[in-house]
Amino acid sequence: MSAIKAKHQRLVLLVIALVALVGAGLLAAWALKNQAAYFYVPSDLAANPPEQGRAVRLGGMVERGSIHKAADGVTVNFIVGDGKARVPVRFTGITPDLFVEGSGVVAEGRMEGQTFVADNLLAKHDEKYVPREMKDMTAGQAKQVVAETK
Amino acid sequence: MIAELGLAVLWMAAALAVLQLVAGILALRPEGRQVAGLVRPVAVMQGVLVAGALVALITLFLTTDLSVKLVAENSHSMKPFIFKLAGTWGNHEGSMLLWVAIMAVAGGFVALVEKRLPENTLIATLAGQAFVSLGFYAFLLLASNPFQRLPEPAPEGAGLNPLLQDIGLAFHPPTLYVGYVGLSIAFSFAVGALVTRDVGPAFARAMRPWVLGAWIFLTLGITAGSYWAYYTLGWGGWWFWDPVENASLMPWLAATALLHSCSVLASRNALKAWTVMLGVIAFSMSMVGTFLVRSGILTSVHAFAVDPERGSFILALLAIYIGGALTLFALRASTVTEGARFSFVSREAALVFNNVMLCGILGIVLVGTLYPLLTEAMGVKVSVGPPYFNPVSAVFAIPMMLVMGVGPLLRWRQDSFEGKGAGRITLPVGVCALLSAAVLLGVELLAPQIKLLPALGLAIAAGLAPASFLPLRGRNLRRTPLATWGMVFGHFGIAVALFGMASESAFSTERLAAMRPGDVQQVGPYAVKLEGIGPVAGPNWTALEGTVSASYAGAAPSILRPQARTFSNPPGNRTESALKTRWNGQLYAVLGEEGDDGRWQMRFWWKPFVPMIWYGGALIALGGLLALLGRVAADVRRLVATGKIAYRRERQGR
Repeated sequence: MSAIKAKHQRLVLLVIALVALVGAGLLAAWALKNQAAYFYVPSDLAANPPEQGRAVRLGGMVERGSIHKAADGVTVNFIVGDGKARVPVRFTGITPDLFVEGSGVVAEGRMEGQTFVADNLLAKHDEKYVPREMKDMTAGQAKQVVAETK
Repeated sequence: MIAELGLAVLWMAAALAVLQLVAGILALRPEGRQVAGLVRPVAVMQGVLVAGALVALITLFLTTDLSVKLVAENSHSMKPFIFKLAGTWGNHEGSMLLWVAIMAVAGGFVALVEKRLPENTLIATLAGQAFVSLGFYAFLLLASNPFQRLPEPAPEGAGLNPLLQDIGLAFHPPTLYVGYVGLSIAFSFAVGALVTRDVGPAFARAMRPWVLGAWIFLTLGITAGSYWAYYTLGWGGWWFWDPVENASLMPWLAATALLHSCSVLASRNALKAWTVMLGVIAFSMSMVGTFLVRSGILTSVHAFAVDPERGSFILALLAIYIGGALTLFALRASTVTEGARFSFVSREAALVFNNVMLCGILGIVLVGTLYPLLTEAMGVKVSVGPPYFNPVSAVFAIPMMLVMGVGPLLRWRQDSFEGKGAGRITLPVGVCALLSAAVLLGVELLAPQIKLLPALGLAIAAGLAPASFLPLRGRNLRRTPLATWGMVFGHFGIAVALFGMASESAFSTERLAAMRPGDVQQVGPYAVKLEGIGPVAGPNWTALEGTVSASYAGAAPSILRPQARTFSNPPGNRTESALKTRWNGQLYAVLGEEGDDGRWQMRFWWKPFVPMIWYGGALIALGGLLALLGRVAADVRRLVATGKIAYRRERQGR
């Protein structure tokens, strides 16, 4: 119970805390490298495709006239473009309220063959709620992109 | 008139905060003794004034005073009463006023009732509280004035975001804010104790009720927010690892760690510097959360304002407070004496383990939340979601929950799993561990399709639930302290919530279909039939409403009415899911849109035992409440007893 022992214990605690902290940091860095979903626009996807099955996010404009509902009534196929490239997307589920042709969308999912299979669609919700990756596009730019995509 | 009054009162409160800070600093010097009496009343008055300012803003919202900019931008005369009230904090300025109000009221409350601390430490604490408040006053008055008038009154208000027009808005933000801001008290206590170099059991005992109180509100706020997101977003999920959710989880993790290290410091006079450090970290996490949410660098339904100037303002506040507190800590940590020693098998060691694991999870969540911001600064856009957060936080959460089953049974200072400890600890814990192993084996054999994490969750929950009651074994239940009951309920709540989470993840079934009226679908044990679709109208919305009859395993059907609502002020849509809760799970129904062929998209989930997640959260909060009541009652008894002794001494002396 001497003072030296108490100091010793404090040191041990400090080392344990540091090891845990560094361990957590390394683990986080390693996991982020493997698990972070990168954001692609269609031209990136064409130029530098991610490996098949890896979770990524795809953002762009829903091409006009491209939304087709499959026979099961709940699967939609559409094309996302950014003016340079076009990617076919398949989504099974209830589309968000503001998912319309000519508007921006961010799809979470993966490439399967040449099709992007989306698990989730984030549409521009209102003026205040824009998917983060799309906030740089102004309404004018968006219109331009859509016009170019036609 | 009310707006000007509110603003004036707010300025006066800010001036009082300056006085509180200056008087506090002076009072800590020997020559400034005579102003020491000023600090407490000023703190109380400051709390009263800011509460007045909040009442003024609420009044403006309730009367829909459209000459006030904030009201015109965020309210509407036709809005239901409850949303006029809750709309007060459903925007950036109002929510910051709520923040400051809670902070000042909490500070005033401390000044009024806190009698256990040495007067000097309390004065330093109140000065610290005033210093923190001042930053937020500056932010409110200079960059986000809630009482600003319009040059011309608006003809009508712009209304409230439809997603926020929910009863959840009335409870979730205020509860969470009380929790966030309550932690500022812990922060100020830590700063006060560092300034007066007075870190000991008395400090921990004084701080503990405030931490407990803040923690209870955080727990309730997170639980309520999770349920709100679950039923309002229509995605069937209860936690999305959204940055804003993480912003509320991080202070909770730090506060949980603080709560446990506080009890070590209070009982055993150990972990001194560590507890002070956690006090600083907990409120820092609240501020980081506010920064993330309020700066607009994140976009979510929670981010009201996208204003880079405000972001920089909060970032500066963050740097000043966190940086300042950490500097003070670095300067003073070496003067905090070493705590009492303990062995590796002891209550203290288990609590240290709990703290380290909680901080590990905190670090994982923090890194995952900030990573997209960092990469975006370098031009790479990424998002981090469940594939990162779930397994990586489990690396720390699973060992923590295993130790949670043993820790409460260990004695302070030194204990052993052999000898006397064998019957008290090793045997009963072994039985619980066997239960866990049996469940894991059963899941792997009977349902190998269940993924590893949910399977482990089910197994741990099965062992932890009985293990959390072991501390009551061999005790006279009537004489068991309330705080012990609190611990038991809190830990049991963790097991219940874990069971709900694992069960939701392991056993949920989903059915997505396009249905005509009359069609029937099978969802888990339920047969659901779409009876029809019709229009309905509410006070400020119209909706298409589906009528769904759902029959559980052939029993008489019950009716669910999922809606797709359209709001007019401001225009917007929201799906209103319908829920049918049974003791063993929940049926969740969402109405989609109509196809060209007259079929309607319908989405159903059967989620076994999913309500356990929120029941668990409520149990955890209840545990906190019991512990708080127990601690406060014990403190009051002690105060009364010391009062009596002093009184007797005085009489005998005469």
